[in-house]
Amino acid sequence: MSSPTLARPAKKLPRAFYIMVLPAFALFLIFHTVPVLTGIYYSFTNYAGYGEWSFIGLSNYINLFRDERILNAYGFTFLFAIVSTVAVNIIALSVAMALNSRIKFKTGFRGIFFIPNILSILIVGYVFNYLFSNSVPAIAEALGINALTSSILASGDTAWIGVVILSVWQAAAFNIIIYLAGLQTIPGELYEAASLDGASAWKQFSTITFPLIGAFFTINMVLSLKNFLQVFDQIISLTGGGPGTSTESISVLIYRGGFQGGEYGYQTANAVIYLFVIIAISFIQLRILQRREASF
Amino acid sequence: MTATAYSAERSTLGNDGRDSRVHRPDRRQINWWLTALVAVLSLTIFIPLYFTVVTALKTPDELGGSGFGLPDTPAWSNFAEAWTLTDFPQALMNSALITVGAVLLTLLTNSMVAYAIARNMHRKLFKGLYFYFIAALFVPFPIIMLPVVKETALLGLDNQIGLILLYTVYGLSFNIFVYVAYIRSIPMELEEAAITDGASTWTVFWKVIFPLLGPMNATVGILTCLWAWNDFMLPLVILSDPSAQTLPLAQYVFQGQFNTNYSVAFASYLMAMAPLLLVYLFAQRWVISGVMRGSTK
Repeated sequence: MSSPTLARPAKKLPRAFYIMVLPAFALFLIFHTVPVLTGIYYSFTNYAGYGEWSFIGLSNYINLFRDERILNAYGFTFLFAIVSTVAVNIIALSVAMALNSRIKFKTGFRGIFFIPNILSILIVGYVFNYLFSNSVPAIAEALGINALTSSILASGDTAWIGVVILSVWQAAAFNIIIYLAGLQTIPGELYEAASLDGASAWKQFSTITFPLIGAFFTINMVLSLKNFLQVFDQIISLTGGGPGTSTESISVLIYRGGFQGGEYGYQTANAVIYLFVIIAISFIQLRILQRREASF
Repeated sequence: MTATAYSAERSTLGNDGRDSRVHRPDRRQINWWLTALVAVLSLTIFIPLYFTVVTALKTPDELGGSGFGLPDTPAWSNFAEAWTLTDFPQALMNSALITVGAVLLTLLTNSMVAYAIARNMHRKLFKGLYFYFIAALFVPFPIIMLPVVKETALLGLDNQIGLILLYTVYGLSFNIFVYVAYIRSIPMELEEAAITDGASTWTVFWKVIFPLLGPMNATVGILTCLWAWNDFMLPLVILSDPSAQTLPLAQYVFQGQFNTNYSVAFASYLMAMAPLLLVYLFAQRWVISGVMRGSTK
């Protein structure tokens, strides 16, 4: 980067560079920053989404922490996001390692495992919905597995598992490709040297593979958790937030309350808290994971 | 452009190729047990797809049980019914228009913004702009959702054009990130030569830099295409006119109607998934190497 600075030290910057970024900056301001700021503004009001409104100070924020439905949404969203993040990373890394080893039809399998990523989660969710509610119980009945004879989506205790299965099925596709990209950066000679030294498969994984794909592990952990915390399509197609409000995620609640429940101001306050939660978690995660990376 | 695209292609495929070419017996041996295991695992992908296809071809009284059996005779009429019920041609047109529009506008504008930023990173203004765009990666959509719906309605952008614009703007954060990293790896000498020849900044960008961005354009184009085509949340909240519905939104809206007839619903799902699946079937290698390239930059 120092070369351009040295190459043309005193030359005036061509106006074209400003014109290149100006429209994008203006549009970004209008469609991203302004909505964020109006959102924060309305979070201090009792605006219903229509009609008159007035400032109510911090009431929305105080009420949020007493609201069962909000706390429930945070509880569900976090449980779901953490379980899914762990599951998807274990599965994706295992599959990626299998795809990177000496197997036949590598490219073909790689192509197959990426398919879920090119499909709409909403539509796949409708298919899974039917599988969970009709096919799985029918198969369980035929096999005499009593625990599964009623749909897992019909019970408040198990519906979240259905959401996890769908989300992991879909998200694994992308994570597998990222891990595969990481694994391909590791030279094969390292493994050859390790096997000559008699290192076990686990030893090779923990001392070569895992440390060397550290950056990819960080990307996948941060992105998965961030995406799962925003879960929306999966809920709409599988459970609609039910039974009751047992699988109502934060995004679904903001959407419902804000657009249909006349809680515009209240839900923007919820969204502001949610923004801070996501920022805090992303930074904590990056800190921890990067320290771990560095220590190797 | 072809030269860079070609070498990038080679480097991503190189690892596959190397294993088979190098003469080292212990590395060349195929692990058949692992291959079988992977094949079994890949069934988890195929089962839902198979299920969608057979269900779409059944008559209502063939449904029931586990649902994995084949229909006696394929009920092709399900597709005709789904075609008219969801107004498939209209939804397909909308999805196609929005996706193509978003991809083109994204490629042309985001690369340009990234170029201006990448070449002026030493200036406070551009560096600030870079972090301003990147910071948005941490902002969850729900906080924007409620206000932006009011805004687009007010501006008359609660339609396909509005969506194209929003995908282009919201994609900026991530795209700038990958483009800037890529552009900074392109040596300045090419541009300097062009400038000495009297080329303007615009000419330098369109004639020298943009053609070199081929591999990154592929990556950004693929990711934008997948996003715009499959996205449900933005169309759900932004679009006000039912005739503007995209394919996923149409499935959602007609869900109520389908409750009685799952076969027609599944025919409709299959039709909505088919276009991108077909493209993927032919462009699979290219799509995957594009996504991989994005992750290593």
